Amino acid sequence: MKTFAKTYLGVFMAFLYAPIFVLIIFSFNESKGRTFTGFTWKWYSALFHDAAIMDALLTTLIVAITASVFATVMGTAAAVGLNRMEGKFRSGIMGLTYLPILNPEIITGVSFMLLFVVAKNALNSVGVPFQFGWATLIIAHITFNVPYVILNVLPKLRQMDGSLVDAAMDLGCSHWQAFYKVVIHEIRPGIVSGFLMALTFSLDDFVVSYFTTGAKHQTLSVLIYAMTKKRVSPKINAISTLLFVVVLIVLIAVNLVERRNINRNRQAVRDRKKEED
Amino acid sequence: MKIKAVSYPYVAWALLFIAIPLGLIVYFAFTDTAGSFTVDNIIQAGRYSNVLMKSIWLSAISTAICLVMGYPIAYYMSRSSAMVSGTILLLIMLPMWMNFLLRTYGWMSILENNGIINQIFGVFGLGPFEMINTQGAVVLGMVYNYIPFMILPLNSVMTKIGKDVIEAAQDLGASPARVLSEVVLPLSLPGIKTGIIMVFVPAVSTFIISQMLGGGGNQLIGDIIELQFLGNAYNPNLGSAISLVLMLLVMLIMSVSGFLNDDDLEEKLL
Repeated sequence: MKTFAKTYLGVFMAFLYAPIFVLIIFSFNESKGRTFTGFTWKWYSALFHDAAIMDALLTTLIVAITASVFATVMGTAAAVGLNRMEGKFRSGIMGLTYLPILNPEIITGVSFMLLFVVAKNALNSVGVPFQFGWATLIIAHITFNVPYVILNVLPKLRQMDGSLVDAAMDLGCSHWQAFYKVVIHEIRPGIVSGFLMALTFSLDDFVVSYFTTGAKHQTLSVLIYAMTKKRVSPKINAISTLLFVVVLIVLIAVNLVERRNINRNRQAVRDRKKEED
Repeated sequence: MKIKAVSYPYVAWALLFIAIPLGLIVYFAFTDTAGSFTVDNIIQAGRYSNVLMKSIWLSAISTAICLVMGYPIAYYMSRSSAMVSGTILLLIMLPMWMNFLLRTYGWMSILENNGIINQIFGVFGLGPFEMINTQGAVVLGMVYNYIPFMILPLNSVMTKIGKDVIEAAQDLGASPARVLSEVVLPLSLPGIKTGIIMVFVPAVSTFIISQMLGGGGNQLIGDIIELQFLGNAYNPNLGSAISLVLMLLVMLIMSVSGFLNDDDLEEKLL
């Protein structure tokens, strides 16, 4: 039974990683075809000399960072306010907040496109220039990012001991001081994980960007989509390999930091026990 | 100062960028290009009912395969040490961090007529077999991309099944098959439900996987919607009508399954 389980797990992992390894191997292939003819780095240097790809990379980073920072600030504020609310208004807003997560992505994308087309026609008719571009991309990304921040921060607020704020205010803090001196520290893990989730979804997003991007600046995923339509372009393999390596390094680093924190906590507990003894 | 007020910017944002856009879908679905009321779009959308049925059918098959393939993995993880299950989890998540377009492109290279599998067959003088541009390839793409969404909720529910519960069943003489069918399976039901929704919803509305792996002959409902907005068929009114149907279908499935009523909805979505 044990060996059977392990074999199945192995086969499953092979299935998960097969397409990724194929991409990596062919990123070093001399010819454009599907047979391996020799080793080369040329697709990587072609990648870094491709202005469109470099521009898309920059666009992706700018959009993702701007949108996730903005979403984190607005989402944290929203969670603090929503935490104090009750009744129909609160459940109405929570319902709206769930929608971008529950709805199929294509519906979210299409609904943004409709909004921006209507806005564009209205604004252009009164002489205000408005095009699909940075603004539409960033607004769309903020909108699908905020719910993740709210859903990460709200539970932390609920777990927080309410008397902490009272204590701070008894000791002379204003509302605002109590917030940034006490509340922020209590809910920081929620804010950080909300921000990281928002950043990841933004970097990875294709569908919403596809419907809201302008003609000038495209995100990397939209550009990749255009490249896959042409079928044979070994630069895609090179991008995949680089992204895989980056993700691998980030995940290993995060894992190591987590382990170190766990060990440090254990050590702290042990030290305290010794002191008590 | 009222603390509630700090959420008002978001309330305004949500109304402007979540509520109004969805309202526009409804508005466009029931108007013609001149802006007057019509149900024509809904009637026209009916022409695509066979495409919708095909989308539902292929996603249902994919969801079933994800469940059958993913269940043993999730069970194995839940019965392993934290170290082992953590490593498996990491290995399952790692490909998800790579853009799905790239992973699907990888499958194109494997399945193509001059792709890797056919080259291997070719060595033995077999083939080439037509694998890409088939329904099977679309199902494969869906299973590959969405199976983590099945395994994660299953695993989180199964981890909570106590060892003692399973041992109690074994001590009372239950065979492994009975332990599975009468203890583990019923207790993991909430995870199964969540997993089914998390796989089915993105699968039924996909428009890229079908294009990349299914070729022109396997258009799904997502492809039809895309064509109305960004393709040659430009017709946002018809596109909105089809989107509305798809949205209602998804909401219906979620509410019938009780997915929306659970207290831990927040937890499931993260």
